[in-house]
Amino acid sequence: MAVLKAHKISKYFYEPEKFQVLKEVDLSVDKGQFLALVGKSGCGKSTLMYVLSTMDTQYNGELEIAGTRLTDKHQNFLAGFRNKHIGFVFQFHYLLPEFTVLQNVMLPALKLGSKSKEEIEAKALEKLNILGMQEHARKMSSKLSGGQQQRVAIARALINDPDIIMGDEPTGNLDTYNSDLVFDIFSELTHTYKQTIIAVTHDESFAKRSDRVVEMSDGKIIHG
Amino acid sequence: MTSLKLSVQIAWVHLVTKPKQTLIAMLGVTFGIGMFIAMVSMMTGLNDLTESLAMTSSPDIRIYHDVTTERKSIAEELNLNGITKVHHQKPKNESLKVRGAVKIAEQIRKHPLVKGASVLLNSQVFYNYGPVQLNGTIAGVDILEEDKLFDLKSKMKEGQIENLITNQDGILMGTGLAKKLSVRTGDRVVITTPQGFTKTLKIVGLFQMGIGAVDNVKSYANLGMVQTILEKEKSYITDVNVKLYDFKQAKAVAPEFQQAFGYKSEDWETANATMLLGVIIRNILTYSVAITLLIVAGFGIYNILSITIHNKMKDIAILKAMGFAGKDVKQIFMVQSLVIGFFGSLLGLLIGFVLSLLISRAPFDGGDFLSIEYLPVNFSSTYYMIGIVFGIVTTALAGYLPSRKAANIDPIEILRG
Ligand SMILES: Nc1ncnc2c1ncn2[C@@H]1O[C@H](COP(=O)(O)OP(=O)(O)OP(=O)(O)O)[C@@H](O)[C@H]1O
Ligand SMILES: [Mg+2]
Repeated sequence: MAVLKAHKISKYFYEPEKFQVLKEVDLSVDKGQFLALVGKSGCGKSTLMYVLSTMDTQYNGELEIAGTRLTDKHQNFLAGFRNKHIGFVFQFHYLLPEFTVLQNVMLPALKLGSKSKEEIEAKALEKLNILGMQEHARKMSSKLSGGQQQRVAIARALINDPDIIMGDEPTGNLDTYNSDLVFDIFSELTHTYKQTIIAVTHDESFAKRSDRVVEMSDGKIIHG
Repeated sequence: MTSLKLSVQIAWVHLVTKPKQTLIAMLGVTFGIGMFIAMVSMMTGLNDLTESLAMTSSPDIRIYHDVTTERKSIAEELNLNGITKVHHQKPKNESLKVRGAVKIAEQIRKHPLVKGASVLLNSQVFYNYGPVQLNGTIAGVDILEEDKLFDLKSKMKEGQIENLITNQDGILMGTGLAKKLSVRTGDRVVITTPQGFTKTLKIVGLFQMGIGAVDNVKSYANLGMVQTILEKEKSYITDVNVKLYDFKQAKAVAPEFQQAFGYKSEDWETANATMLLGVIIRNILTYSVAITLLIVAGFGIYNILSITIHNKMKDIAILKAMGFAGKDVKQIFMVQSLVIGFFGSLLGLLIGFVLSLLISRAPFDGGDFLSIEYLPVNFSSTYYMIGIVFGIVTTALAGYLPSRKAANIDPIEILRG
């Protein structure tokens, strides 16, 4: 069953001159799949990720996630949709520095507002536990190492039990040890919790260990 | 609602993690509002005093014969069709007498808006006491009628108004004038009329209106006595003074009397125009200073919020990626500027109140012009309301533009790095 369906996604940039970054990209991702998106630098991986994540609405084609058609929807609707259905992990860990680890993880759930604060806190601690970060819950997020911050970011991405986790080079800024750790976490999430993951990566070993590798070149999917 | 609560929480964290910035932004508002309150309290205090003095020292409406009123020259009257111009026409040698003044007063008393009317005789005189000679005025009145209109009893510093009735040749003198002449109740003073008539009068009381323009020049005496020293007949009256139930209607009613009786009819606002001009100037001054201060505070908030937003671009992008809509982001920063505005204004009100209190306690010598010992300060809550509304509106305006900018930040541009 497909969680994400993209049909004929095309996108142009007009600066400095008109140029087509994405060329009728078709992609379907099944539930519980761990998908690695690879390709040469500049081929359009990040651009595709931003379209799939609903943050970029300037494209042609159709996008559907978890049975909801997302093309041509209003920004506010899309923001709410991301909150509930999509979790993000970025290359630069991007935690909010003035907040504690626990507060960072709780934030998307507080925004969703469907549970009480106590329930959210319990759930955040549970997610931190999965990532082995529970003991750091009360620390300020800026006081953690890069690898630790990335694990907190993954916990944050998981807090609302999203349909998909998306990552743009989530291990790009980590050493081998931490990269392996993040990879292990991702495989555990897919295999134990049936979590769907789409991750852009340059790391070949990372790609090899995923369920499915999709390769892009010059704005098109050429393999997978 | 939960969304607003979350915005407030995030805004709060932003504010308290940068206490210095927050404090500086707040103090800008505090300073503006504090100065506004202090200034407006003092200025309106002065204004109220000026206005009430202007009112107590002059009748609501004064009817008199204005000999300086422009009139047609004889040449113009005879040559109706031609163009005639008479330059530097001198006033006619007319008497200041208001004919039928007593009848006029009687008729005026019947007017539904009129509380009372009295007749009097005003004249320039010289006051002599030993070698000292001072220019002043004397008003011949029926002192009991005058008291009904102006509440003279409460203005007496020494003696009683009834002394004038028992003492035909007595006068009630303004405290300022008495001081200049260095005379006291019981002393005798010689007055000289413009026509050269001299008479010795006994001071039977001192009054104080609280305004130099009156207290330094004026005395009250019996109408009959003043008519005698001016060598005028018993019907010689120069002024009819009118008091209304509502002094604010003077300006509207005055022309009615001028029309009806053919004499100049002047309301208290026109009579005290110079003094009341000060009221307007003080109001303009107060509000322009306050608005300037608030604009400066507004720029401060705009600046600090812009810097905060610039430094928090990444955070904003992350929030948006996580599902915060543009309006939520706007809310976070609007809440920050409103919190700054609210607490800044509140502190400003407090500081303004303390300043006003200090001003009202500091001894102040009104000099010759006003007989006051402390500056009058108005503690009306209206200005405190205006102050806090001003403060919050300014900060809301100043916060709006940066907040909207934050709301429109495109997260992709920032996340791309
Ligand atoms: N805002 C933009 N305006 C114009 N061109 C852009 C913009 N963003 C990206 N591009 C161009 O689009 C192409 C695809 O960029 P994209 O960031 O998607 O590549 P990528 O596959 O993620 O590369 P990398 O592996 O280096 O991250 C590149 O040629 C890039 O120069
Ligand atoms: Mg990229």
